[in-house]
Amino acid sequence: MKILRLFLAFLKVGAFTFGGGYAAVPLIRETVLANGWLDDARLSELIAVSESTPGPIMVNLATYIGSVQAGVPGAIAATLAVVLPAFVVILLLTKALKKALTSEGFRAAFGTLRPTIAGIILATGVFLALNNVIGSVQAPVIDWKALLLTALLAAVYFASRKFTKRGMSPILLILLSGAAGIALYAV
Amino acid sequence: MKQLIELFLQFAKIGAFTFGGGYAMLPMIERVCVEQKQWLSEEEMAALPALAESSPGPVAINCATFVGHRQKGIPGAVAATLGMIVPSFVIILLLSFFLDRFLENKWVAGAFAGIKIAVGILIVDAAVRLFSKLPKTLPTVLVGAGAFLLMMAINLFALHISTIALMLLGAAVGLALYLIGRRRRGGQAQ
Repeated sequence: MKILRLFLAFLKVGAFTFGGGYAAVPLIRETVLANGWLDDARLSELIAVSESTPGPIMVNLATYIGSVQAGVPGAIAATLAVVLPAFVVILLLTKALKKALTSEGFRAAFGTLRPTIAGIILATGVFLALNNVIGSVQAPVIDWKALLLTALLAAVYFASRKFTKRGMSPILLILLSGAAGIALYAV
Repeated sequence: MKQLIELFLQFAKIGAFTFGGGYAMLPMIERVCVEQKQWLSEEEMAALPALAESSPGPVAINCATFVGHRQKGIPGAVAATLGMIVPSFVIILLLSFFLDRFLENKWVAGAFAGIKIAVGILIVDAAVRLFSKLPKTLPTVLVGAGAFLLMMAINLFALHISTIALMLLGAAVGLALYLIGRRRRGGQAQ
């Protein structure tokens, strides 16, 4: 019953992710690692593919994992599952949600939920960056090329954010890192 | 029927031409739904991000469902939401058939060894931007730092604690602080 497992796993991802984009990464990572669907390296590759193709990242990842695990039916099941909670909540609860947005208790809960989510995403990003440099935490070996590239790309990216109005686009960073990767690892 | 097709097509356009998902889509949604089609008023558009952020799931889907429902009820919500999904679904499905073999190519593998590093940076950047939008109050800073440390420990020691449990804990702290505060204020008033 792989399809049911895909459906339930992505239903959970869709139901417990607030805010778009990378907010879904920690929970998706937890889900795919627990099910043995992807490892960290392949997940990072897929996030880059999702960033460079149109559509919500969460939906892209669901479609891809569903398809690889169980073909077209798997892709459909995972994709529908990831959007279903959003669809149902907006349909049934828009009025309740608008009212809740003015309730002090709800705002207080969201007031600390937001930094919690930000902290979770930060830890996931830092951990993935660390993994790229030392391979794995259990048997760390420093990859000097990766360390150099991480320092260089981070410097360029954050400097562009700081010193230009809109900063460098994620796609440009991905292209740049791809070119650097070819130069360092394939040539 | 014509309006349903129109909803589907407009959201398919938004889904097909915005990269990165989530908040990257909001300007395009505004252009189509407010300026071109007048499906939403400017006030409704301004309230949309908060609504999408406090309901689960992809921001783009929240927006599509909301606008579709406003226009044409449940059929409208289905049409707009499907429109948003279909373009990326088709693209990713086609990609999934050959991506694995493609990634085995020496040059592609080299490129992705670099791209993996960019992804780590992008995720850190997303978190930094979330933090920068938060109010700099003591509870916010402490909860954010606590969540970071806990999640770091979970990752480093491969602990079996779900991020969902962390999120519930985070929300519970805010609610508890609020209830304690209210009780104190209540106590003073009596």
